[in-house]
Amino acid sequence: MSDRIFGAFGVLLALGYAWATLQIEESFLSDAVGPKAFPLIIAGILGLSSLAIFLRPDEEPKWPALGRLAEIAAAVVVMILYAQFLPVAGFVIATAVAAAYLTWRLGTAPLAAVLTGVLTSVGIYVVFHLVLGLSLARGPLGF
Amino acid sequence: MDMLASLGDGFAIALTWQNLGLALLGCFLGTIMGALPGLGPSNGVAILIPLAFTLGLGATPSLILLTSVYYGAMYGGRISSILLNIPGDEPAMMTCLDGYPMAQKGRAGQALSLSGIASFVGAFLATWGLILLAPQLVKIALLFGPAEYFALFALAFATLGGVSSTNQAKSAFAAMLGLGLAMIGVDTQTGVPRLTFGEVHLYDGLDFLVAIVGLFALSEVFIFLERRHGSAEAEAREVRVGRLTPSWSMLKNCTPTMLRTSLLGFIAGVLPGAGASLGSFISYSMEKRLVDRDGTFGTGDPRGVAAPEAGNNAAAGGALVPMLALGVPGSGTTAVLLAVLLSLNITPGPLLFANNPDVVWGLIAALFIANFMLLAMNIPMVGLFTRVLMVPPRILMPVVAMVSFVGIYGISGSSFDLLVMIAFGVAGWVLRKLDVPLVPVILGTLLGNTMENNLRRAVTIDNGNWWTLFDSPLAIALWSIAAIGFILPLFLSRVVKRGMHERRDEEGAVQD
Repeated sequence: MSDRIFGAFGVLLALGYAWATLQIEESFLSDAVGPKAFPLIIAGILGLSSLAIFLRPDEEPKWPALGRLAEIAAAVVVMILYAQFLPVAGFVIATAVAAAYLTWRLGTAPLAAVLTGVLTSVGIYVVFHLVLGLSLARGPLGF
Repeated sequence: MDMLASLGDGFAIALTWQNLGLALLGCFLGTIMGALPGLGPSNGVAILIPLAFTLGLGATPSLILLTSVYYGAMYGGRISSILLNIPGDEPAMMTCLDGYPMAQKGRAGQALSLSGIASFVGAFLATWGLILLAPQLVKIALLFGPAEYFALFALAFATLGGVSSTNQAKSAFAAMLGLGLAMIGVDTQTGVPRLTFGEVHLYDGLDFLVAIVGLFALSEVFIFLERRHGSAEAEAREVRVGRLTPSWSMLKNCTPTMLRTSLLGFIAGVLPGAGASLGSFISYSMEKRLVDRDGTFGTGDPRGVAAPEAGNNAAAGGALVPMLALGVPGSGTTAVLLAVLLSLNITPGPLLFANNPDVVWGLIAALFIANFMLLAMNIPMVGLFTRVLMVPPRILMPVVAMVSFVGIYGISGSSFDLLVMIAFGVAGWVLRKLDVPLVPVILGTLLGNTMENNLRRAVTIDNGNWWTLFDSPLAIALWSIAAIGFILPLFLSRVVKRGMHERRDEEGAVQD
């Protein structure tokens, strides 16, 4: 079933891709092939392979239970928030929070998780910023 | 003796304090990454790329650092295979078969040192193979025009799924996905934006480093979250190493095995789409068929440890041949190394040998040096690396995630790239669940624009005649190999696939 959905999604993706390609505005100065031909070939093969996946699906993969899926979704949300707040909060604070969350969800006890998060963050800051001189996001506190 | 003179120059370049230090650092980090389940050669190299950039390293030093990591990871993978029966990375899965039984018999130390020596033999011979074969391949590649190059890229994609993928349709899907992503951005020839949907950040195209780190490193974090697999296996089991030196008779016994499997592994590495996992698989199967008269393979036969290790390290060296000589990598990690070269504005391929001999020969010399360092590091210091196995993934994985973020942010300083990377991480997780290989996606994003440029150049030169693609004998030969390489696995490789999938490692570092 998963492969059928995947195949159908692939066919739609290929159609969408072909449609988006046709929307490209060609410049009046163009070579013999133009900017559309190669993307159209890609869309064609993409569609064919998706069709093959749809018609001859593999065995069902083992999907995780709903709770685990929610776990992954939550981690994605945390990462997105991290990406957004990184320039605002500064590297050390944002990283400590995100790392603490991840290690907590992977099974570290809450207090230990906070400690691990802070150590991870400070460790990376020391190695990458202070030692190697990589520019990291600066927060209001200067780190 | 042109070659030896070039090699001499290479040593002159590699033997600076900075380069030696980088090789040492790379070997050390690589071995750790190889040993830790969940970090393999490809994601290990991927998260270190930004580091190489921010250190402001030039082309040769960055390559030395990252290929040392690559070779080191190939060495390191065996440690957890032998001690824990969990492959540290995919190429090391065959080492479990005889390595773990040896460890159970209290001969873990011997298995570790023997496999270290086998790794050395494999990698050492493969580096010589690289020196001998790559210049020959370059001579052929110099005959290539744009049409032949286009056919060569098609060949790479057609064979990439090759024998090890489960489903050719899925490898084709993955390759097209990668190529399709590469099309995003301003068209280099006419200057019109393509598939950007008006998003200014996309005009430059997607940065393939962002795609690589997301697909390889972040998806691994999601896999661990899904299984909530946070504790180290090493905690539960006692890791006893025992005597570290293999006896002479054991070494003598294994020498023919190591030599045979090095050759076989090297060939497997050079062929497109095979890579180190297949190298170790074929090596083990062949040795079993050839010398296993008493049925001792699988019960802790030293030859069964030596065979896959020599095989996978030789394949790692072999995989560098098409990457350097043609600019078309055949495996995941060499694709990541290609990304490094491209970001440094160096185009691999035949001209690399003519224009940047310092990069090529410096790299080759560094491979020899790294190999000796790894041998020295892996036999006496193996105890140190077994300690590393105690670090539980619940601490390691957040570090991997955060280092990935730091690296990408360090390159571009934009939150948008971080979001793109997260999207790639999620996509990578879904694709891995659906058994879609990730290496063709990476290769597609890397090679897409070059491939299209060659197509357009070829057709434009011939005034819009598309048949020019099939015009020369060389091009026809390449197309035929591509077609055979795509169709043959549909019939032939059921057996190989089944064999490899039984051994596939569950926690799974991505392919080499």
